[in-house]
Amino acid sequence: MFTMTINQQQVTARAGETILEVAKRNHIQIPTLCHLEGIHQLGACRICVVEVEGAKSLMASCVTPATDGMVVRTHTPKVRKARKVLYELMLSDHPTDCLHCARSNDCEFRQLGEVLQVDVSRFAGQRSKNLVDTSSAAIVRDNNKCILCRRCVSVCNEIQGVGALNAQNRGFGTSISPGGDLLLGSAVCAACGQCTLVCPVNALKEKDATEMVWNALADPELTVVVQTAPAVRAALGEPFGMPPGTLVTGKMAAALRRMGFDAVFDTNFTADLTILEEGYELLGRLAAGALASGAVTREQLDKLNLPGHLPAPVLPMITSCSPGWIKYAEHFYSPYLDHLSSCKSPHMMLGALTKTWYAQKQGIDPKRLYVVSVMPCTAKKYEVTRPEMATDGIANVDAVLTTRELAHMIREAGIDFVHLPDEPFDSPMGQSTGAADIFGVTGGVMEAALRTVYEVVTGRELPFEKLHVQPIVGLERIKTASFQFADVKPEWSFLEGVTAQIAVTSGLAGAAHLLDEIAAGKSPYVFIEVMGCPGGCISGGGQPRPVNDEVRRKRLEAIYREDEGKPIRKSHENPDIKTLYSEFLGNPGGHVAHQLLHTCYTVRSRT
Amino acid sequence: MDQQCDCQTAVIDEQKAYQTLLQVIEDYDRKPSNLIQILHMAQAIFGYLPETVQRFICEQMELPFSEVSGVVSFYSYFTTQPKGRHTIQVCLGTACYVRGGKKVLDALKDLLQIDVGETTADRRFSLEVKRCIGACGLAPAVAIDSVVHKRVNPNKLQDMLSQYE
Repeated sequence: MFTMTINQQQVTARAGETILEVAKRNHIQIPTLCHLEGIHQLGACRICVVEVEGAKSLMASCVTPATDGMVVRTHTPKVRKARKVLYELMLSDHPTDCLHCARSNDCEFRQLGEVLQVDVSRFAGQRSKNLVDTSSAAIVRDNNKCILCRRCVSVCNEIQGVGALNAQNRGFGTSISPGGDLLLGSAVCAACGQCTLVCPVNALKEKDATEMVWNALADPELTVVVQTAPAVRAALGEPFGMPPGTLVTGKMAAALRRMGFDAVFDTNFTADLTILEEGYELLGRLAAGALASGAVTREQLDKLNLPGHLPAPVLPMITSCSPGWIKYAEHFYSPYLDHLSSCKSPHMMLGALTKTWYAQKQGIDPKRLYVVSVMPCTAKKYEVTRPEMATDGIANVDAVLTTRELAHMIREAGIDFVHLPDEPFDSPMGQSTGAADIFGVTGGVMEAALRTVYEVVTGRELPFEKLHVQPIVGLERIKTASFQFADVKPEWSFLEGVTAQIAVTSGLAGAAHLLDEIAAGKSPYVFIEVMGCPGGCISGGGQPRPVNDEVRRKRLEAIYREDEGKPIRKSHENPDIKTLYSEFLGNPGGHVAHQLLHTCYTVRSRT
Repeated sequence: MDQQCDCQTAVIDEQKAYQTLLQVIEDYDRKPSNLIQILHMAQAIFGYLPETVQRFICEQMELPFSEVSGVVSFYSYFTTQPKGRHTIQVCLGTACYVRGGKKVLDALKDLLQIDVGETTADRRFSLEVKRCIGACGLAPAVAIDSVVHKRVNPNKLQDMLSQYE
């Protein structure tokens, strides 16, 4: 601890803090543009410059360490002039189409102009970039608008470990791109959309699906069905001014009904279904291993409710709900794809069931059914274009909207979201348990699966307080836990005394670590949960901006609140899931389930 | 049959080139911090750094293509185009610039129908710009391979170029 002076004010600073951090802690605001706390601190844009006594030039406060006795001034005439000139220079290479730019309202560049009170633009000249890249099914790059802040580069390379984007060329010719003549659609991109979450301008955004959905809603021939992912309800209120962590489940259903959707279903329903399918797949893999080692006989296994054809005994099994993670694994860890659960992601399951089970129940031609998924995710836009995500030539899901896109549509539809009443989802795919709610946060799928798997094997509840597996709750990159199968039911005797180690990670760099362990033959785990985005779906690439750890924590708490408020908190107790199996699917992992709810993966190149 | 096709040799040469490059990568311990040195060597081996060579380096070093391509496109030393048999370097240092270096450059671009950093379709010439080659007294100067041409007249470039096949 030492003291320094900022704007004649004595403040204390800790060793290792930057000037910007000290100022922020002392409620002195220094404008920034490229800075992104904990992720991107490069001093690339220089907007945060300050005067430091004794220094020859202005210093970028985001990268300059505070030192003992330092005297800093944050808005002297020299500083103010420098910031304005910097801003004008950036503006000279940026289209000023703010009146018809979709990011206008939350454009950090435009907002900065207001803070700096820039009212002239003196440097009109040549533009450096003119590429709009629409090749990806998930993400659009509008290089015209890029201000070269490099936040996306930091997130893509350091947090996600993907490296789809980097700075190319130099000087005035610099652009952020996949390199060479590559477009994003053919680059090694996981489509996670974390870049769209941090882009301060409209240079990186999701590919628009709102027009398609408006058209479907207006088409009298179509029955339009919508479903909402678990994480959407914990963030959709934010674009309407509600604080992060506000749950808007009922208002969301009400808004969708008012927009004209014919049925409002909940992806949480198929999250419960995923637990049954994935849980029994895990048990099947364990059983197959026991069979191979002679620990159990075929006759004993036949008494269990396991999938007809046992899966290969490949462990650890890894979750497959996150399409960004799937694409990443296909590119970077293709020899290990047999570790991935064969389950489709929950919204693909709901799509497949809508166009089969629901269509039959309602007597609707599946070709006249249009399924819209509202997702916290950009990779889901890519996922629905995968050829295997169709049944009998009919796509399981027709359009994916991000949470941000749904907010835009609600506003455009003239719906006063904040004052909507709470309404329920529609039957038969609207009811869900608390286990499904927590799919939206890192650790949730694992906990939900354990609630069911442990109970199937032992006949008792998972032995954790409030059913929460505490070691895997929270925002740490890699979380691990272990538990033991003890006093199991007689038919599961081959699992008696088995200690199961599990791991949970979110963000692709963490996934790489766990996969490297598998590649080295050193993975101690039986089951791994991977979510492509840091924190899980609550901070997915399609969620409202801004996202930081404080926002993540509030959304996470909201999700656990939703879980704890549910009368039923274990997927296998969902009565509508039981009906679905008895009416239509048969057993978990059975023939019909396998055809509709499971999928396969593709080996992709790593460059 | 008196004209012999050299496809076969070209393929073998390419295989050899990749083997040499692999050896270079191993000599540099596959360390990302040695990327620039490896790219230097790769360019020495292949003459330029086409996308296929960059991808080979990416795969061997487990680096994203965007990163390798970012380095290649940042440094003007690296080229993704094959070099011509002769390299023309137009000096645009201060002295050459004020004495008409820019006019010489424009005339060369016109004549060869290529831009700076490019190579003519017949692979005869590559065109580059240098910021002072240390021949200010001879301005405007143009270096072709290792020969410096002094006080170059933009209207008489054909004579100068005709010395090179």
